[in-house]
Amino acid sequence: MAKETERLERPTAWHETLDRGASLEGTAVLLRELVAHLRENRTQLREEWARRITEAKLLTAMSKDEIFAEATAVYDQYVEALETGTFEALQAYARSLSERIIPRGVETHEVVGIVLLLRDVLARSLFAKYQADFTKLDRILDAYEPAANRIANTVAVGFVQERERVIRQQQEAIRELSTPVLQVRERLLILPIIGVIDPQRARQLTEQLLRGIRTNRAKVVVIDITGVAAMDATVANHLVQTVEASRLLGATVIVTGLSPEIAQTLVTIGVDLGKMNTVGDLQGGIEQAERLLGYKVVPIGAAS
Amino acid sequence: MNHTIRVPINTDKDIVAARQKGRALALSLGFSEIDSTLVATAISELARNIVTYAKRGEIRIQADGNSKGPCILVIAKDKGAGISNIKLALQDGFSTSGSLGLGLPGVKRLVDEFEIVSHIGKGTVVKFKKWKT
Amino acid sequence: MEVPVLKQGPFLIATVQAALTDEDLVHLRRAMVERVVIARSLGVIIDVTAMDIMDSFASRTLREVAQMIRLRGAETVIVGIQPEVAFAMVQLGITLEGVVTALDLEEGLNYLKQKFNSSA
Repeated sequence: MAKETERLERPTAWHETLDRGASLEGTAVLLRELVAHLRENRTQLREEWARRITEAKLLTAMSKDEIFAEATAVYDQYVEALETGTFEALQAYARSLSERIIPRGVETHEVVGIVLLLRDVLARSLFAKYQADFTKLDRILDAYEPAANRIANTVAVGFVQERERVIRQQQEAIRELSTPVLQVRERLLILPIIGVIDPQRARQLTEQLLRGIRTNRAKVVVIDITGVAAMDATVANHLVQTVEASRLLGATVIVTGLSPEIAQTLVTIGVDLGKMNTVGDLQGGIEQAERLLGYKVVPIGAAS
Repeated sequence: MNHTIRVPINTDKDIVAARQKGRALALSLGFSEIDSTLVATAISELARNIVTYAKRGEIRIQADGNSKGPCILVIAKDKGAGISNIKLALQDGFSTSGSLGLGLPGVKRLVDEFEIVSHIGKGTVVKFKKWKT
Repeated sequence: MEVPVLKQGPFLIATVQAALTDEDLVHLRRAMVERVVIARSLGVIIDVTAMDIMDSFASRTLREVAQMIRLRGAETVIVGIQPEVAFAMVQLGITLEGVVTALDLEEGLNYLKQKFNSSA
């Protein structure tokens, strides 16, 4: 088992595992020939590739020059991967390329598309070169195909992974934004919660609130859940925990905006409401918070 | 990376040593302050159970993980009397603060994976994992 | 590690300097409960800013301190619980019910001053 893993994780020179067609040695010779062919025709082939990319209306977010520059770099990495049988450099390039093009809106199908195009361009050139000798063509293609597949895979997977990373980052950012801790007065924070609360968000919300209490030296916090549609036992317990943790930091929490449905849920599942200080709506909550802080709000006319 | 930190647990001083080592490892793996504190608190509870109920034992702390990221694996081992009713020991009253219980349900809430094996007269092994979030 | 205790007017302030062992905690409990009457203090502040965690034993001991000090006629405020420590405490199921908490030493003193000025 341990051996298996080792073999999978090692950056294998894929010709070692190739068992179809020619012998290992024969494959190596064929690959050398293939690499030499691709080097000789570098200019023509990458121009052809770039042209086909534009024709297929891929990478439309990029200019012609940019496409050509990237095509050149990928082409060279491609040939190098064929030659050395190692994929790290190509993988690294695929990652950095993805990093550059994802923000410009390049889609997964475009990246897969251009890699397949390159595969096609190269296969056609091999066909043209060896069409007189079918046996040789067959062997060359046998050597070329697994490598080309692996290369296409590496680039596409690199892109998808980078995309997933970006998406995760954005989700994180959205989550931060969706639970703003607002200071409305000295020592008074408001935390309006809108939407669905899952355990992960509940945890993040608590973390942010606790940090907010500390940095703003808050004494009172109003958590407004008017915008929360539903609440189950897990989330209700999270809310209770948030209230308790805030108290440990010396802050009083007032919960406002409990809908009739949520009130019913809380009572039904038997959440201990004794610890929760609740007020009907946000305005009432703020008024009570101000009283706790010793503020008194009076109309200007009445004050004079 | 994969070496195991072993902390023998004999006195209350060892409890502090074990949890401080756990926190240091968590921080070195890039765990947040909060998660590192959760790890340290869980270790403290398990080490205390050893001192209180088994007198002596050992805490092992090691870095672990998979392609999703790193985690911390903690194993608390003792050769004490064992727990006769694990189900009961894991039963949750919401608060453990008032009771003198083992505090195991609390520890379970602090971590991601939790496992306990106990044999009467032979001892108890508690394992937990906490993943980096 | 002994916890230094400072007398400030009618109040006693104990400042935890580092992680505490169980023995340190028990010692702190005894010292505070003894000194609060000797010093004729109205209130006690225990500053736990430097505590790395608060597990079940630590919180139980601190709760007992507060209860015993109340029986001895004074009030206790626990100050300086860090956000991550508070988070771990509630996950563990510890809430320090019945114990007054405040953000930091300054807030704790404010609380006690307010309380004893208004009743005086």
